[in-house]
Amino acid sequence: MQVLYAVAALGGIGILFGVLLALVARFFAVQSDPRVEAVREVLPGANCGACGYAGCTNFAEAVVGGEAKIDGCIPGGSETAKEIAALLGQEAIETVPLVATVFCIGDNRMAKDLFVYDGIQDCAVAMKYANGFKACTYGCLGLGNCVRACPFEAITIGPGGLPVVDKEKCNGCGLCAKACPRNIIQILPKGTAGHLVLCASHDRGKSVTLACEVGCMACKACVKACPQEAITMQDNLAVIDLEKCDDCGECVAACKPGTIHPRRNLPVAAPRPQDQVAV
Amino acid sequence: MGGATFKGGVHPDYRKELTASLAITAMPAPAKVVIPLQQHIGAPCEALVQVGDTVKLGQKIGESKGFVSAPVHASVSGTVVAIGPYNHPLGRKVEAITIESDGQDTWHEDIKPHGSLESLSPEEIKAIIREAGLVGMGGATFPAHVKLAPPPEKPIDTVIINGAECEPYLTADHRLMLEKPNELVFGLKIMLKALGASVGIIGIENNKPDALRVMRQAVEGEANISVVALPTKYPQGAEKMLIYATTRRKVPSGGLPMDVGVVNHNVGTAVAMCEALHKGKPLVERVVTVTGEGVARPANLMVRIGTLVSEVLKACGGLKETTRKLIIGGPMMGLAQTSADIPVIKGTSGILALTEENVDLSEPSTCIKCAKCVGACPVNLVPTFIAQAAEHELIQRAEKLHAADCIECGCCSFICPSRIPLTQWIRLAKADILERRRQQQK
Repeated sequence: MQVLYAVAALGGIGILFGVLLALVARFFAVQSDPRVEAVREVLPGANCGACGYAGCTNFAEAVVGGEAKIDGCIPGGSETAKEIAALLGQEAIETVPLVATVFCIGDNRMAKDLFVYDGIQDCAVAMKYANGFKACTYGCLGLGNCVRACPFEAITIGPGGLPVVDKEKCNGCGLCAKACPRNIIQILPKGTAGHLVLCASHDRGKSVTLACEVGCMACKACVKACPQEAITMQDNLAVIDLEKCDDCGECVAACKPGTIHPRRNLPVAAPRPQDQVAV
Repeated sequence: MGGATFKGGVHPDYRKELTASLAITAMPAPAKVVIPLQQHIGAPCEALVQVGDTVKLGQKIGESKGFVSAPVHASVSGTVVAIGPYNHPLGRKVEAITIESDGQDTWHEDIKPHGSLESLSPEEIKAIIREAGLVGMGGATFPAHVKLAPPPEKPIDTVIINGAECEPYLTADHRLMLEKPNELVFGLKIMLKALGASVGIIGIENNKPDALRVMRQAVEGEANISVVALPTKYPQGAEKMLIYATTRRKVPSGGLPMDVGVVNHNVGTAVAMCEALHKGKPLVERVVTVTGEGVARPANLMVRIGTLVSEVLKACGGLKETTRKLIIGGPMMGLAQTSADIPVIKGTSGILALTEENVDLSEPSTCIKCAKCVGACPVNLVPTFIAQAAEHELIQRAEKLHAADCIECGCCSFICPSRIPLTQWIRLAKADILERRRQQQK
């Protein structure tokens, strides 16, 4: 008999709460757009913030609300844009895939250090003392602010002390470029066509050569050599217009320090002889 | 007041025995001096001479119109050969005047005694001190005459002379107290007169019993001047710690010693003040402790301002090959240098060369929340929280944690078992906070 009391009491409480929850769910329901959830599902979900919103959910809300463009997700690229377009019943937009490119090849063999820095291992912090430990005040310090900023683990510091971008993993969100205090990283359209001047130094020729063996010394040999007139000097630094470049390679031959490289074969900095592991 | 001290602090290895017993010797004037136009906190000076000009020893060669500033003087007689940016101990290039010595050391004709202390008014004293280019010689290089001119609503009753010299290795102040005690006491009297203050205190750490004895003899018969023995603990010589230890007054957060009626001056400044009045001599030389295991012959040298550190090291037998770090100042608060091609400036109390054995290059690891830094912080901060805020660029949080009150003594970095560069992170936070405040004011 006493067992029945217990069953009835607990069962009664169960029914009471069940009814209460049903009522609450009915009257206090939050109206949400099912499309937001659907859009969020197709996003990469890295919450990288490259779209300008705090995370993927915020971007999804903005897209559905019409504030953000459907190709706003840079890491997602064309694929995601297409899927979002399908979900929202809009026309798909073709986006250009992007990739981060490091404009410095002055590794620890080529670029001189002024002193040994053993302070806080952060590029921005290192720059606050004597503008960095490198003789070149534009070159990569290699303390990895870009590595820490990348949500896709696409950047690592290579053996030469310079960042190496994994082109497969990188989708051009641009967070590394923002994190770099020297502004060495540029976001370019993905691809292997064209040549690049891999230097960020605006110093004059002599101070560049004193600081780094592979820096652009603004000699203008490439400008003269280029049959397409795709190269211009901008504040002591040669810049190649990728639209005009036809990959003839004349500039590579003309460049004495070897700063210019084809994009299909970007150099990965080599380690110093003493850093190499004996086999 | 034998137990007069403060909360927190650390006990580093002092290693003063390298130079403590060596009398101050004058280093011969170098063939060339480089005199930066900014050797003080405040407005930089403008050059009063041009390349090619002949200057005499003690001649004023740079001056600023700003109140918080101090002029600079030629420390040799000779010819100005260059004016331009030169390496500076603070890690950046600063406009500097390079003078080639003629070897004569002819004093400028304006350098003459200013008469007795009784015959001068406080205003005249302050003018003399400003003209002599005196700054805080402990290392902070705050213009001395500014400290002697507090606003009228903040009357000063006490002047404290800082003879603690709590930085390890350094012995410049110690030697000055032993060798020039009467000049020091006279310097203190000048400050008392300029400020209208009644009480003078000389605080000395009890690891310098000889200095305590000599100074006590020197103040015998002076009713209003006393010598206080302070327990040996770093940073006993920090302004706020010293004031609390000797007077039990607490400088409020964000405040200055003058808020509690106190002015602090370093031993070196007091002696220089005496010489400025007695001989009319501007600040053209100072005592520098050249020390550390990396120096062949450690010494306490009287060095002309503007002498290159490389020359000073040469006079001390050069650096040993095992030298790993060159520091201007002491090991706790000094600044590591990237080259010896920098001039000695008014605030250079020491040149310290550390060898591989002295330098800890172990990688920092994660905070283990042991709170040793909290216990060591003499200004009651929580260094680890501020450092974390700085690491994540949370400037507002760092500000709420009173990062701006940090005196950068280095106790937290010293004590941290995880070797986290706490002081460096806090210094970054401080710089960011000041930058933000400056922007908000605009």
